[in-house]
Amino acid sequence: MKIKFHHIAIFILLLSAAGCKLDNVKPPSIKLTGQLMYKGSPIGVEYNQVPFQLYQTGYKGNTPITGTFDQDGTYSVLTFSGNYKFTIPGGQGPFQWKELPSGGRDTINIALTGDQTVNIEVTPYYMIRNAQLAAAGGKITANFSIEKVITDATAKNIQTVSLFVNKTQFVSPGDHAAEADLDGGAIADPSNVSLNVAIPTFPVTQNYVYARVGIRIAGVEDMIFSPVVKVSY
Amino acid sequence: MKKIFTIAMISVLISAESCKKDSDFLNVPPKSVVTTDVVFSDPALVLSVLGDLYNRVLDFSSLDNGWTTFADFGESFPSDNGSYGFVQNRSWDYGTWGTWDYGYVRDLNLFIDNVTASTKLLAADKSRFLAEGRFLRASYYFEMVKRMGGVPLITKTLTYDNSGNVVGLQFPRSKESDIYDFVISEAEAIKGTLPSDPTEKSRATKAAALAMEARAALYAGSIAKYGATTPQVSLSGGEVSIPASMASGYYTKALNAAKEIISGSAGSYKLYQVLPNLSDNFAAIFLDKSSVNQESIWVEDFKALAGKVHSFTTNDQPYSVSDEASDAGRLDPSLNLVQSFEKLDNTFAPIATKDASGNPIYYADQQDPFAGRDARLAGTVMLPHFFWKTAYIDIWGGYLLANGNIISSDDATHYAALPGSPTLVQVVGKDGPTPTGEPLRTQTGFYVRKYLDPATGSGRRGRQSDVNFIRYRYAEVLLNAAEAAYELGQTSDAALYMNQVRARAGLTTPLAAGDITFDRIVHERRAELSFEGHVLFDMKRWRIATKVWDGNPESLNDLTSNISSATKRNTQPWGLYPYKYYSPGSPNDGKWVFREVLPSPVTGVLNFRLGNYYSQINDGIISANPKIKRQPNQ
Repeated sequence: MKIKFHHIAIFILLLSAAGCKLDNVKPPSIKLTGQLMYKGSPIGVEYNQVPFQLYQTGYKGNTPITGTFDQDGTYSVLTFSGNYKFTIPGGQGPFQWKELPSGGRDTINIALTGDQTVNIEVTPYYMIRNAQLAAAGGKITANFSIEKVITDATAKNIQTVSLFVNKTQFVSPGDHAAEADLDGGAIADPSNVSLNVAIPTFPVTQNYVYARVGIRIAGVEDMIFSPVVKVSY
Repeated sequence: MKKIFTIAMISVLISAESCKKDSDFLNVPPKSVVTTDVVFSDPALVLSVLGDLYNRVLDFSSLDNGWTTFADFGESFPSDNGSYGFVQNRSWDYGTWGTWDYGYVRDLNLFIDNVTASTKLLAADKSRFLAEGRFLRASYYFEMVKRMGGVPLITKTLTYDNSGNVVGLQFPRSKESDIYDFVISEAEAIKGTLPSDPTEKSRATKAAALAMEARAALYAGSIAKYGATTPQVSLSGGEVSIPASMASGYYTKALNAAKEIISGSAGSYKLYQVLPNLSDNFAAIFLDKSSVNQESIWVEDFKALAGKVHSFTTNDQPYSVSDEASDAGRLDPSLNLVQSFEKLDNTFAPIATKDASGNPIYYADQQDPFAGRDARLAGTVMLPHFFWKTAYIDIWGGYLLANGNIISSDDATHYAALPGSPTLVQVVGKDGPTPTGEPLRTQTGFYVRKYLDPATGSGRRGRQSDVNFIRYRYAEVLLNAAEAAYELGQTSDAALYMNQVRARAGLTTPLAAGDITFDRIVHERRAELSFEGHVLFDMKRWRIATKVWDGNPESLNDLTSNISSATKRNTQPWGLYPYKYYSPGSPNDGKWVFREVLPSPVTGVLNFRLGNYYSQINDGIISANPKIKRQPNQ
């Protein structure tokens, strides 16, 4: 048989038609969101540094969905409906997470059937209250008070408090244009702390910066932050 | 008649042929598979099995696993388009540096079982093979404990009984100290059966076992001592962290093992002191494979034109003297490392670029700023205007004009005109550094010299290089002895050991006992052992990794201050660019000005988190064996 053009055309048509089958797995569609909270106040952390784990029981293996909290303490996961257990791995976050008497980490049960918001209630070592950030005289000034939340035997001291300033809204120890530090021991009155730093210059001039203050707690890796504020000048 | 006879004979022959037993007929010995009992009856075949096990030894930095295993940690800049992640990532993944190769452990255990069961080997061969198998197994457990902490200690081959129940094959993690104890006791047990032969480099020797023991005991001692400063990095069962009370016991073991090599009882090892130029001499430690080299103890050997080669020289040779048009210059040592080499009067100082009043210093020769320093600097790093193979390398960033402007271009062949002259001239070094950050040329102003092969053709992809990788060498044994002695309070002994290593590098003013500090120990290991796969594990065991790589950007002031401090920040690799001063008529015309530059691809900062102290055991392993505990802080 001689191969003619229409043979090839029909063959290609058949091949492409075979690829038209629908995928048999639906994409995840249920959104779980939430925020780190302490008694109604959100807890700010460093971007991409504080992880969480979401376990779904009933399947072979025990591999969690992992993610990290955003700067303002929010998280979101797109997944399937089912029963999940939410936890934060040991040693992570500027807060205490309930330990079980058996030695494991406590988990929060989440039954997902539709989009859901689950705020994560934790006990931070400290909270930053009434953070006021303003620009004046070529400086960014921050005034805030520090509330010591955990005061029992597991309490920890403040190592440093810092003011970070950056040109974008990502403001963290690893990503900032200007920084002012104050040693924990040098804080005279925790209810009235003030930090200031000269406004940095940027290659492209802008009349605003983003800033926030954070507390580094002795012996804890992650810092706790006030919300990021856009300061215009 | 004749016909009948022939037919009869044929039928007899055929029936005789079928008289073979069925079982014999079907049982044909395979010709393509060598059975275990055949292999383990011939020493040459056993050696080939052992050769495979030697080939699978895990090294952190290794020449045949690519130049990137030497990069990272702020000590170098990766001048390669695909590798900027080293200087752009914000943190190391928790799983980085992990290893969990129980397939290798099983093969080692099988080898040990088979050699033990063999009846046809000579007793001398058998005991040596057995000791080598145990050496490799201990060596791999040492690699595992450095990265993972306590791991399940499997010293027997495990067999699955097909019952569907795997509980019998699930083992919990041992204590971290138990794994170190295992490495130490294995080394002690086999050292007597291994040969004491300094010319045997690629197979295990008594000195190799002792060097492994000294290093392992030192690691365990420092984890016990300095682990107390990071109580968060521990697990309640001791799978991670070692009690502080065990520190002095480990340091004593480390010192004794090192002393056994130093005393010569494992063969006559000594520092390599052959060439009159101390920098060339230092570089030659890694190049000299002859019996003159009594410094290297255990190496991964290579052989050119025989199939066992590596591309370290191809990847890292200077761009202007490269054997391959587009393969060069990837591993560029940072200014952070270069300036840490001390001056000959045992003091520390940054490379001077400005005088006291802030004016630039004009150097007549490109190598002048580096003069009067530790000879290991020029032995480890190629400084500008270094002579390599056939030519001087050409490192300069452009012309600096009197008004402060810089005239440069993205390639040495792209000429530009200088003010007051219509002639186009070369305005940037053939080796960079270019203002546009061209890869494969240096972007820090330096190239690496350690391991770079001066042999003709070593940079060609077709031939490659056969420089060997030294896993243990005598200078490290001396430094291990010095550190252990220091930690045990024997500072005058520590000074004695350290001064030998320093004298070889031209630092002839000896340190007194009182000069030996923790900072000195840290510094000396960095100067002697950089790019040898030590920096990560050293920083981890001293528990200062979180301070050195603290996730904060490194400013110029950070860079040039506190150079002698062990906990100095080292989060971003800086460069030092030479510029040719152009000001006709001025006495400084044609001289060199140096500037510290942070290469433009460096946008990340190194951030070592507490969870990085021990690499992650992945979820698949934990799912398969629920007895495995997770690492702390992960």
